[in-house]
Amino acid sequence: MASVLFWGACFAVPLLVMLGVSFLSRGTYGGIEWIWTGDNYRRLADPLVLGIFLRSLAFALGTTLLCGVLGFPLAYCIARSPRHWQHVLLILVMIPFWTNFLVRTYAWVLIFRADGIVNGLVQLLGQTQEPLRLLFTDFAVFVGLVYGYLPFMILPLVVAIDRIPVQIEEAARDLFASRPATFRYVVLPLSQPGWVAGSMLVFIPSLGAFITPYLLGGGQRMMIGTLIQQEFLVARDWPFGAALSFGLMSLILFLWVGMGRKAREQAVL
Amino acid sequence: MSRIPKAFILSSAAVLVFLYLPVVILIVLSFNEASMGTEWKGFSLRWYEKLLSDPSIFQAAWNSLIIAGGSTVVSVVLGVGAAIGLEWGGPRLQWWSLGVVLPLVIPEILLGVALLMVFVTIQIPLGFFTIMIGHTVFGLPLTIVLVRARLRKLDPALAEAARDLGATPWRVMTRVTLPLLKPAMIGAALLNFTVSLDDFVVTFFVAGPGSTTLPLKVFSMIKTGVTPEINALSALLVIVSMMCVGVSWLFQQQGDRPGTGRWS
Repeated sequence: MASVLFWGACFAVPLLVMLGVSFLSRGTYGGIEWIWTGDNYRRLADPLVLGIFLRSLAFALGTTLLCGVLGFPLAYCIARSPRHWQHVLLILVMIPFWTNFLVRTYAWVLIFRADGIVNGLVQLLGQTQEPLRLLFTDFAVFVGLVYGYLPFMILPLVVAIDRIPVQIEEAARDLFASRPATFRYVVLPLSQPGWVAGSMLVFIPSLGAFITPYLLGGGQRMMIGTLIQQEFLVARDWPFGAALSFGLMSLILFLWVGMGRKAREQAVL
Repeated sequence: MSRIPKAFILSSAAVLVFLYLPVVILIVLSFNEASMGTEWKGFSLRWYEKLLSDPSIFQAAWNSLIIAGGSTVVSVVLGVGAAIGLEWGGPRLQWWSLGVVLPLVIPEILLGVALLMVFVTIQIPLGFFTIMIGHTVFGLPLTIVLVRARLRKLDPALAEAARDLGATPWRVMTRVTLPLLKPAMIGAALLNFTVSLDDFVVTFFVAGPGSTTLPLKVFSMIKTGVTPEINALSALLVIVSMMCVGVSWLFQQQGDRPGTGRWS
């Protein structure tokens, strides 16, 4: 009972408050005025805001795809290695998973900075022109997102592939399926729960990412997360910030409800 | 071993390099004598000295520990009860089970701004208390998920046997069910503690003056300018996380026998 109360007071109520605020007006000095309006939602259709939503969607989609492509071979190797190797590899994937996200993103700042690692290497190779501009670009944000969320794709895939009995693969091979065909028609379909869970675990947080676009994208390369933060803490336009948050929320709920119960259960651990 | 295609092994190695290279660079640079840029000027521990002579770092670490401890205790105590209730409550609670995990599903930033609005509206001063509540909002569902997974695997015959032998429901709970849930509770507590220590986004929105946690400290150092002290602090945090993974791994090794599907 206590936890139901807590959940209600600290999760459901804040979301309802957010919904309420999104229909109010902004006060002259940044507060809230009790004038009901739909204006905040009309502003979501502003090409600039819509552009940021689309950008974020594209980033999230691209991140999910690339994480899948990069994550699958490693997940397969982990699931099919001998026991002691499996432990070592799993620990190797778990360590970045548990390392502070902020710190891991900051490492890329060191690499991409004008006087960072990449530019140092470029200069060593004799390119004497101006330093490459890498930090505060779309490329930097994309690399940061993939790097940040890759372990979230690998771990569910390992679980899913580990559950496929090796004998099924051997049977396919015995029946003269080529190796690519075995992957295409046996491993990929049977590891589907892992794909679904991994994709959700990567897609949703990268859609609402804040640290990565903030540190690696700077002020110009915005995503929804940085826009929401700006409306709340810089522009102090809470009602519009709340409307943005609700836009993001409905996008995600739509996906969450749409994917069905079974997939949902798999996605949470 | 021969079953894994060579191309897979090669690309896995490349992915592992991709995962570790930035962290290794960070750690190496934290020992760099140079105060500007990333050029190697010789080995030095001066950034660590400078870092460890800064009392605000210790203050931030202490704040983080207090908040993590508090929210872990609340999450586990409330979470175990909720997990048992949901698991034994029958199918009419199905929508609750869905709602309960929602805080884990939505992006953290939404949780942060929603809580911020409520705290400001009802005029709770931002600080330790609000951060602890923020961390409990995602710690509670985390506990519920882990404990429910364990509950589902428990043999119902054990509780039935206790009842047949005349134990009261309370006694069954305290002497049979809860002890059997202990591994899941320890696991949930460790997870909660680490997640709370690491959290930045929610903390960022609901923190007030005087409640700076370690991640907030790192963030403000990054914002005010890139000094090698951040590298030293970040390297220390990486090493702490490695130790946490090691410890929880040892726990799991004791708890579970290896077998297929054991990480689910």
